[in-house]
Amino acid sequence: MGILVKNISKSYGKVTALSNISLDVKPGELYGLIGPDGAGKTTLFRILTTLLIADKGQATVTGFDVLSDYKSIRNSVGYMPGRFSLYQDLTVEENLNFFATIFGTSIAENYDLIKDIYVQIEPFKNRRAGKLSGGMKQKLALSCALIHKPKVLFLDEPTTGVDPVSRKEFWEMLKRLQQKGITILVSTPYMDEAALCDRIALIQGGKILEIDIPKAIVGHFLKPLYNISASNMYSLITSLTHYEHTYSVFPFGEFVHYTDKREAMNVEEIKSYLVQQGLTNIHIELTQPTIEDTFMELAK
Amino acid sequence: MMKAQNVIEVDNLSKLFGDFVAVNQISFHVKAGEIFGFLGANGAGKTTAMKMLIGISSPSSGKATVAGFDVYKQAESIKKNIGYMSQKFALYDDLTVKENITFFGGIYGLSKKQIDQKRCELVEELGLQEVTNSLVASLPLGWKQKLAFSVSLLHEPKIVFLDEPTGGVDPITRRQFWELIYKAAHNGTTIFVTTHYMDEAEYCDRVSIMVNGKIDALDTPKKLKEQYKTDTMNDVFLKLARG
Repeated sequence: MGILVKNISKSYGKVTALSNISLDVKPGELYGLIGPDGAGKTTLFRILTTLLIADKGQATVTGFDVLSDYKSIRNSVGYMPGRFSLYQDLTVEENLNFFATIFGTSIAENYDLIKDIYVQIEPFKNRRAGKLSGGMKQKLALSCALIHKPKVLFLDEPTTGVDPVSRKEFWEMLKRLQQKGITILVSTPYMDEAALCDRIALIQGGKILEIDIPKAIVGHFLKPLYNISASNMYSLITSLTHYEHTYSVFPFGEFVHYTDKREAMNVEEIKSYLVQQGLTNIHIELTQPTIEDTFMELAK
Repeated sequence: MMKAQNVIEVDNLSKLFGDFVAVNQISFHVKAGEIFGFLGANGAGKTTAMKMLIGISSPSSGKATVAGFDVYKQAESIKKNIGYMSQKFALYDDLTVKENITFFGGIYGLSKKQIDQKRCELVEELGLQEVTNSLVASLPLGWKQKLAFSVSLLHEPKIVFLDEPTGGVDPITRRQFWELIYKAAHNGTTIFVTTHYMDEAEYCDRVSIMVNGKIDALDTPKKLKEQYKTDTMNDVFLKLARG
């Protein structure tokens, strides 16, 4: 009784936000929706949290239908929207109290669940939410989403614009919540976070590109992938872009990730081409595709 | 004269808000044509430091020059000689692509002829022919960011400041954005960029990492990885910022 989405579509006027989306999230699963801005992630969240009605298709959350049982869903899910949506002119404690009260509970009753997260902002409990730093706002929003002990947690881009250290801490918190039996659907534009989910759906332009466990998703990348580096990154990219046998070329950290159009590519041939282009210090080696490589290939 | 090649020179620069030291005696320089990554955790003081460098916040103490101008006395000259774009604000959503280019060209004091010429070049390079008369609001985020970057270069500044330019942008467009950065740097523009994507830190010639108001590390990505004995900039960042 996790989340079931079947053939959901949604358009805003001429713009198709979601196109025939299906997925299922198992109870207790940490499930990632991985895709960039504009992929349709927020639309799906709003449909599942009963804030928006789909044009077509069905969806249930913990067994409740998003249309006929929307009130039951609202009582049993927590939702942290992408945009900070707490009351800026209430204090930290007032916000938390407010959310506890509308769900007919109290901070004391469910303190155990939020303790880990809330202790980090408790020293500032009399500060207005609007005056908190980004990281603290995020922790307060998560506390408020959890205070009524939801069965399912929806987190829409909780780590966008957050630095790598705070992102790591946030994911550690999610893992602990998962161990308490909460089903979590989380969206992110960061491909490295995908590896931390039990399963992921890659989504772009309102369509699901692929669903799999993170380790298996790279299996959908079929071409041999090469790391290429040289003395000058800009010339390297420009040269490879104009190379007749290039299938794809993307900067990737200190390397360029390169795939060839041909079945069998000739490393020496590329090397001599690059030398002709005036490049030096050329290194070419086979490498393993990442989730990001796979996403780019599928999104092409 | 080594000095003349530095586009940014910062010497013991600090900024205090009451008792709080947001930026604590930072010193560094950025060379002409360099891609300089300015990294740090949220709240480390990056934005405060950047505001001083672009001439919209006066330092509490220390010295700094940007494009040869003093941050205390010549803030207006700095603003005319730099480009700036951020993730949060870059273009007017309710103006068209064409109107935005004309507007910003006008702000930077370009003649009508120059604006027309720049607009043609820019639209061609970014492949925006189909949408020149569309509202910027209707463009995908990645297109907007590429357009905003090109607009920040309209007046051919010596240096451009980019504040998290690629946040939330899809992986392919993110890379196209970096190709634009490489090209600008190749043509001699100095790039000063902040990002939370650690693979992008690898694209920089040199990287500084700010922790609690101070610059705790500054070197090429390669040397930083050697120094901290890790394979990725992400691990360097985690080691430093977690203390």
